[in-house]
Amino acid sequence: MDARTITAKERMAIPRQEMPAQDPQVRIGNFNEVNLGLTPEQAQQEALRCIQCKDPVCIAGCPVSIKIDQFIKLIAEGDFMGAVRKIKEDNVLPSICGRVCPQEDQCEKVCVIGKKHKPVAIGNLERFVGDYERMSGQKIDPVIPAPTGKKVAVVGSGPAGLSCANDLAQYGHKVVVFEALHELGGVLMYGIPEFRLPKEIVREELEGLRRMGIEFRTDVVVGRTITVDELMEEEGFDAVFIGVGAGLPWFMGIPGENLVGVLAANEFLTRVNLMKAYDFPKSSDTPVFDCKGKNVAVFGGGNTAMDAVRTAKRLGAEHAYIVYRRSEKEMPAREEEIHNALQEGVEFLLLTIPLEFIGDEKAWLTGVKCQKMELGEPDDSGRRRPVAVPGSEYVLPIDMAIISIGNGSNPLIRQTTPDIEVSKKETIVVDVNTMQTSKENVYAGGDIVTGGATVILAMGAGRTAAAAINEKLAGTAKNFNEW
Amino acid sequence: MYRIVSAIFLAENIKKIEIEAPRIAKKRKAGQFVIVRINQNGERIPLTIADSNPETGTITIIAQGAGKSTRELNRKEAGDSIADVVGPLGTPSHIENFGTAVSIGGGVGTAIAYPTAAALKEAGNYVITINGARSKDLVILEEEMKAVSDEAYITTDDGSYGFHGFVTQKLQELIDSGKKINFVLAIGPIPMMRAVAEVTRPHGIKTVVSLNPIMIDGTGMCGGCRVTVGGEVKFGCIDGPEFDAHQVDFKNLADRNRIYQHEEKEADDTFAHQCNLTGQA
Repeated sequence: MDARTITAKERMAIPRQEMPAQDPQVRIGNFNEVNLGLTPEQAQQEALRCIQCKDPVCIAGCPVSIKIDQFIKLIAEGDFMGAVRKIKEDNVLPSICGRVCPQEDQCEKVCVIGKKHKPVAIGNLERFVGDYERMSGQKIDPVIPAPTGKKVAVVGSGPAGLSCANDLAQYGHKVVVFEALHELGGVLMYGIPEFRLPKEIVREELEGLRRMGIEFRTDVVVGRTITVDELMEEEGFDAVFIGVGAGLPWFMGIPGENLVGVLAANEFLTRVNLMKAYDFPKSSDTPVFDCKGKNVAVFGGGNTAMDAVRTAKRLGAEHAYIVYRRSEKEMPAREEEIHNALQEGVEFLLLTIPLEFIGDEKAWLTGVKCQKMELGEPDDSGRRRPVAVPGSEYVLPIDMAIISIGNGSNPLIRQTTPDIEVSKKETIVVDVNTMQTSKENVYAGGDIVTGGATVILAMGAGRTAAAAINEKLAGTAKNFNEW
Repeated sequence: MYRIVSAIFLAENIKKIEIEAPRIAKKRKAGQFVIVRINQNGERIPLTIADSNPETGTITIIAQGAGKSTRELNRKEAGDSIADVVGPLGTPSHIENFGTAVSIGGGVGTAIAYPTAAALKEAGNYVITINGARSKDLVILEEEMKAVSDEAYITTDDGSYGFHGFVTQKLQELIDSGKKINFVLAIGPIPMMRAVAEVTRPHGIKTVVSLNPIMIDGTGMCGGCRVTVGGEVKFGCIDGPEFDAHQVDFKNLADRNRIYQHEEKEADDTFAHQCNLTGQA
C-alpha cells in the first residue's frame, strides 16, 4: 500500500502490528532483549495506520513534544532516515525512549485511532526509527552551531541530564556532563535491565551526544569531588543543571529488614546491570546473591519491582514473587511489564503486606510474615486504601527479599549547597516553568525534583531547563578551565 | 585511567599505592575514602585514603590482598594504571581538640588511623597511637604514626615486636594507669573495634570507629552499606563511615558482611570477593 493512495477504509483495516518477542520459556534463561523490534515492513504498515490529524493530540501527550505525526509520515513513505532526522530534532535518545517510555499513558493514550481501534504504536515506531539509524550504519552528522562562549555544567548523565545537555549543545553552549559512576547513562545503565534496554544501545546513543561536542567526565561526585559553587566560581561554568536522580532507597522500617538477604532493588539491579554480576565469576568480579533454586520476593509494584523480579527469575529463582499491598489494577508498573513478568512465571501475591522479616541463628533471611489486605475506601490518591484482614497472617518462606518501594532524594548536593531550597520530602524546589532553583543560575530536573518518575518526564524537565538556561545566558562568558 | 606513581609493599600482602588523582588530592579530608575499580570487569571497592599530596596531585591508598580484586591491585606497579578512582567519599572525621586522643589501628586499619591521628595532632590534641598487628612483619606505618604521636605504642599478638598482646590490652593499661583519655578512634577488624568499644564504654570515653560495610556506588544510591547505629538504619557511605562505637550494632555489621560468602566459595578460591573499607576480608 502506498501512503499517498491508501483509502481510509484500507487504513482502518490494518491491524496494530505486534512486535516479535523472545519466547518466555527461552528468555528466562538469558539476559537478551525480550522485544525484538518491528521489521521495516511492519513499521511501514503501522505508520500507515496514522491518519495524520490536523491537530495531533499525541504531540501534546509527549513531554518532549516529538513531532510524532511528521516522523510517522516519513516512515509510512519509506523514508526511514528522514524519520530519524525528524525525531532527533526533539529527542536524542529515540531507541531508549521507544523502549522505556510509558507510551500507553502519554502519546498513545490520546491517539485518535485509539478511540475506535488500538492506538498507533507510536513507541514501537520511535524505537524502530532509533534502531534503524544504528543498524543502517549511517550516522546522521549533527549540525553544530556556532559557539556562544557560554559553558554549562550538567550534573548527572541520566535521562534529565542528557536531554538538557543535548539541547544546550544545540543552542551552541559548551556542555560538560559530570557523572558519579564509572559509566554514563544513570538509571539507564544501573537500573534498567539489559533484557529491557540493552546497554550497547545506551552507549551508542551517547556517542551521538559526543559528536555534538558534549564532554563527559565520569567518576566525579558533585557534592564530594567538587561542589556546585566551585563549578561556577572556580571552574567558570555560567550555569549548572542538576539531574542527579532520586538515588536514596527507601526501606519499609519493619523488623528484620537488616537481616542478611534483604536488599534494596537499587543494589540488586546495580550489581546485575551496571556490574554485570550475572557473568560472575567469569567476566565480572562483582557477585550477586545466588538465586538458583531459591525463593525471592520483591516488595513493590512499580517498574523497578518488575525489573528486579524478572532479573531474579533469570538468575534461576525457583519462586519469584511480587508482594504488593493493593491489587494488580493499582500497580504503578507498565501493563506491558506486568504482562511480561506473568508470562515469565512471576507469582503475584497481591493485597499482601509484609509485617516482619524472619531469620535464622546466623541472621540469614528465611521468611517473611505477611498479612492479607482488602480494599477499603479511596484515599487521597484516589486509589482504594488497603485494609488488613484480621487473622490472615502467614509466613512465606523466602531466601532473598528485594525492597522496591521507591527512592528518596540523595543528600549530597543539598548538604554541600545549602542555598538550594528543598521540600519537606527533600526534593529540590524549582520554578516549573524554568526549572530554576532558589539559587541563581542553578537549575534542576528529573527525579531529584519530582521523586521517582519516568525517563520521559525527566527528559522533558531537562529540555525545559535547557531552554530557560539558554534565555538566561545573555550576559558575558566567564573564563573556563578545561576539565 | 588513573596512573600509579609508586607502589611498594609495606608488609607481606600489604601494599601502599600512590595514585594520580588531583581533584581528590585537593579535596580529601581525614576519614574519607575512594572507590576504585581496577579494570573494565572489576568490582567497585572502597578503600580509605591514607594520605594525599595536593601539590603532586596524588593520593595514597593501602590495600591488603584478601580477595581477587585486592590481590590484583597489589600486583600493580608504578607506571601501571587503574580504571577508576572516585571520591573523596564519606563524611570526613569530626576533628576537634578533645584533649588526649588515642588513635588505634589494627592491621591495615592503621592506614585509616594514621591520617586521623595526624589531623587530631594538628588540632592540638595530645595524641597517643596504638598500632597493632599479628606479628612484627605485619606492622605498617610505624614511622608515620610515631611522627604524629606524643606517645606511640606497637602491639603484636605474638609478641614478636612491641607490647605482647592486643590493642585493647594496651588501651586498658593506659586507662588503668590513670591517664585521662578524652577520645578514642579505633579502626581495624570488626572484633577488634567491638572489643575497643567495650573497653571504653564503662569509662564513658567518646569512641569512634570507621566501619567497612559492603558498598557499590558510595553515594547513597544502592543502600548496600546500611548499618544499625543506635537502633537506627544508617548508610555507611554518606552518614559514615565513622560512627559512635558505643551505638554500633557490630553483630549486624559482621553478619551482613558475610552475604557473598557462598558466592565466593562457589567461585574459584583465588577469586574471593573483597568489598570493604579496610582491605580486610
